[in-house]
Amino acid sequence: MTIRSHRGGVGLIVRVLAGLVFLYLIFPILVVAPLSFSSGTYLSFPPPGFSLRWYENFFGRPDWIEATWLSLWVGCAAMALATALGVPAAIALVRARFRGKSLVMGFIISPMIAPVIIVAIGIYFFYARLGLVGNPFGLVVAHTCLAVPFVVINVAATLQGFDERIEQAAMNLGATPWGTFWQVTFPIIRPGIFSGALFAFISSFDELVVALFVSGSTAVTLPRKMWDSIRFEIDPTIAAVSTILIVLTGALFLTAELLRRRSERLRSSISITEAATNEPLPEGAPVI
Amino acid sequence: MSRYRETMVPAAIIREMRPPPRQFMHLALLLPLLLYLAAFYAYPVLAMMFRSVSEPDWTIENFAKIFENAVYLQVLWLTFRVALVVTLIALVLGFPVAYLLARIEPSKSNLLIALVLLPFWTSILVRTYAWMVLLGRQGLINQFLQWLGVIQEPLRLLNTTFAVYVAMVHILLPFMILPLYSVIRGIDGNLFRAAEGLGATPFGVFRQVLLPLALPGVWAGSLLVFILSLGFFITPALVGGPRDLMIAVLVEQQVDMFHWPFASALAVLLLVAALSVFAGFAKGLGIEQIFARARR
Repeated sequence: MTIRSHRGGVGLIVRVLAGLVFLYLIFPILVVAPLSFSSGTYLSFPPPGFSLRWYENFFGRPDWIEATWLSLWVGCAAMALATALGVPAAIALVRARFRGKSLVMGFIISPMIAPVIIVAIGIYFFYARLGLVGNPFGLVVAHTCLAVPFVVINVAATLQGFDERIEQAAMNLGATPWGTFWQVTFPIIRPGIFSGALFAFISSFDELVVALFVSGSTAVTLPRKMWDSIRFEIDPTIAAVSTILIVLTGALFLTAELLRRRSERLRSSISITEAATNEPLPEGAPVI
Repeated sequence: MSRYRETMVPAAIIREMRPPPRQFMHLALLLPLLLYLAAFYAYPVLAMMFRSVSEPDWTIENFAKIFENAVYLQVLWLTFRVALVVTLIALVLGFPVAYLLARIEPSKSNLLIALVLLPFWTSILVRTYAWMVLLGRQGLINQFLQWLGVIQEPLRLLNTTFAVYVAMVHILLPFMILPLYSVIRGIDGNLFRAAEGLGATPFGVFRQVLLPLALPGVWAGSLLVFILSLGFFITPALVGGPRDLMIAVLVEQQVDMFHWPFASALAVLLLVAALSVFAGFAKGLGIEQIFARARR
């Protein structure tokens, strides 16, 4: 390890600068919550009084609740589809040796790099011809394309530190390829699958740009509803929704973090050659 | 010699007739995803791009329109300028953070990394909204400045280019910090001590040791932030003023007005710009490496 505790290594100026940047990163996220408990109708500081009316408004209005359910449903469906397509592909991509492999990998993760607006209007024109605008399944199909890279990258990352000899040993001992997968490979890549699926879900649940074009007026997702609300009504209901989302994000973040630690433990206890071939991932960084 | 031939020829024939089953298995695992992406991602995007030159009939008029009209040229220039400024600010702000994260004790850095990752995970829409709340006329910043007595009347902060910079840097900063952090973490700390021991000033250590070794991270982070900035839509649409029209926002407006071939031409331009920046800077950096430790 290159990091030894080396207190004098970080000067005071760097600490102060970094501290200010941390404040800049985190402060805006903390500022929304107090507003959501405001009793006033406008977004003003300081809030005139405490009330839960904006939460009541969110949970009481069918349009908000329907949008939330739709987003959850679309997110789960896109997650399932992206996982079903992405996990086998990731395994093949790590194991197979063929020419143009990095090109194929580039193609698969390109939905993550290409500006979303391009993908969004491409899909919108395509759906307009097929009559799929405003159809929740259309959203699932489109979100799956955007979610697949997260699954592939996460699963590939877990597989990279994986010693193939363990699989060969299982097959030598008489396991079928299928049995080997379920009893040996799957338990090891499971954390990668879970965190990939989690990212896939979040990427769909949060997705706005494609939804803006494709949801029409009949398949309004939560981000789309929030967008309309920010643009046209701007009352603190949106602050309440944002606070709920921030709390949920925090919870998912913790889950992913625990998964990652678990995966690291599993890998370090199993892999024979990892120390020689693979540098461990940076602490706390997502595997994507 | 001849014995070798006898054993080699049949083996070659067998290989040709019966490819190793592993190849087939890998193909079978990969194919469903490739077909799916071809049908629902590559085809729609290619068809959209095709539309830019084929409607109403073969024409380059849609592209000519972009370059003939001062308004559209202005949009291109603004998009490029915003992306460049956002990248530079993110680099300047992100570097000390990445350095701190890489150098302090792991017990502390875990907590601090959470401070970078939490905003990273929070929806872009929510973060943009938070900036609308902060920068509005009745927002916290205006209230605070008035309370301090620095200003009498609330400043117009929201719907300005300033707001676009502040919010975009906030959203994109983690994409700069994470690649930088992972590169700086890999630098041997003894090198800094050696440089100090040999009499280098702190700035000398930074310029002659840290910066050259951190360069791959600088490129990776800047590339990510620049490309993502080029196509940014949500944030400029919400916090920008009417004059801060970035290309993605223009594309959306044109689609809304049913100028689909023209919108497609703009999208092609955006894609070409993003791809050429990527190709220009990604040389020598594997894509997987760049994206291994950062996100959308």
